[in-house]
Amino acid sequence: MKYVDEFRDRELGRGLAAAIAREAVASRRYHFMEFCGGHTHAISRYGVTDLLPPNVRMIHGPGCPVCVLPIGRIDLAIELALERGVILCSYGDTLRVPASNGRSLLRAKAEGGDVRMVYSAADALRIARENPAREVVFLAIGFETTTPPTALVIREAHAMGVANFSVLCNHVLTPAAIVNILQSPEVRTLGTVPLDGFVGPAHVSSIIGTQPYEFFAEEFRKPVVIAGFEPLDVMQAILMLVRQVNEGRAEVENQFHRVVDRGGNQKAQALVAEVFELRREFEWRGLGSVPYSALAIRPAFAAHDAERRFGLAYRAVPDNKACECGAILRGLKRPVDCRLFGGACTPETPMGSCMVSSEGACAAHYSYGRFRDRPAARDAAEVA
Amino acid sequence: MCLAVPARIVSLEADEQAVIDVGGIRKRVSVALVEGVAPGDYVIVHVGYALARLDPQAAAETLAAMAAAGLEPGALA
Repeated sequence: MKYVDEFRDRELGRGLAAAIAREAVASRRYHFMEFCGGHTHAISRYGVTDLLPPNVRMIHGPGCPVCVLPIGRIDLAIELALERGVILCSYGDTLRVPASNGRSLLRAKAEGGDVRMVYSAADALRIARENPAREVVFLAIGFETTTPPTALVIREAHAMGVANFSVLCNHVLTPAAIVNILQSPEVRTLGTVPLDGFVGPAHVSSIIGTQPYEFFAEEFRKPVVIAGFEPLDVMQAILMLVRQVNEGRAEVENQFHRVVDRGGNQKAQALVAEVFELRREFEWRGLGSVPYSALAIRPAFAAHDAERRFGLAYRAVPDNKACECGAILRGLKRPVDCRLFGGACTPETPMGSCMVSSEGACAAHYSYGRFRDRPAARDAAEVA
Repeated sequence: MCLAVPARIVSLEADEQAVIDVGGIRKRVSVALVEGVAPGDYVIVHVGYALARLDPQAAAETLAAMAAAGLEPGALA
């Protein structure tokens, strides 16, 4: 596929790996957080970690909307499907997220709830128009990339008077999450999560531009390199970060300039501002309650806001005690540090959200890296 | 979740829709979120919506910089 295959080229990858190894100073350590699940997935799937020298370490960030969605929000969707009799439309990613009482949206469907998987928000609106006698709710999740399509369908529903269509909005904001990480005691004072820079979002940045990250570079003295989601994009970004660290710079650089510019997609930004407003606070799995980190539907579109329409009240629910998703999402622990990993918790039967989405740190490591952790077992298998 | 793929616009249709080609597969998506796209342009498609245009010149520059970094010590990335 054009503009995909070229950015997975083996020879270019070898060259970039050699350049990183050459330029990373042996006497120092480099800790970079890839914010996005898309990057986490690429790093795991293409074995980027194996191509880096041992003193360059990648820390997985919280940029996976499925992973950070707290149990209480899924509970609201399940309540709508099972107790309010709505047609609940959702992206496939969200269906298997564990909720309260051992439930998930998929289980709710098995129990008779009308839960439907959609590819696009537009599909949910179509279902509403085809079923005028039923209430149809779209479970909207995602970062800035996924928000503009939701804004568009809300505005369309409003304009066309589709009275039976509403949205359960869980859209969250990238910059607020990065601030939360940078201000966390683990990064700021305890030093348990050393951070020398960020690999910044690809498609989120195509909407918001590179400008919002300038604050992090200036205020927190952390380099940020916006990078595409292909493995060579990630490797080139790592090389750019190594150079910034070596030269004592903390700037926003744009590796993904084939798609991203400084101002972003102004049309999409204006649309999002028209339909959504900031929430005072929103609970994130792992990060807790983060002020002004999510969007709510503006009062002008209240008729299409499922929370208002159905009088939903959010109730925080603690995660499974043994699950380490919270610490993993904050960069404190790695998937293998969780005692549920690979045993009680697998992609087939996830206990925690990081095992659900293929972008989750646990699912990515389970799918592509778990055998690397067991060299003894591998050697034994080869002998046999 | 933020997964998006580069796709070529084959034709523009009514109601801000377009037919795109992704590795030989054709699909109808919305171009309501991007301005001034034309057949032949590459766009980034996410959940049925084109979000941004892909600049072929910039893509070529990025690939050239990657190749340069692998060849010469200290080459510009």
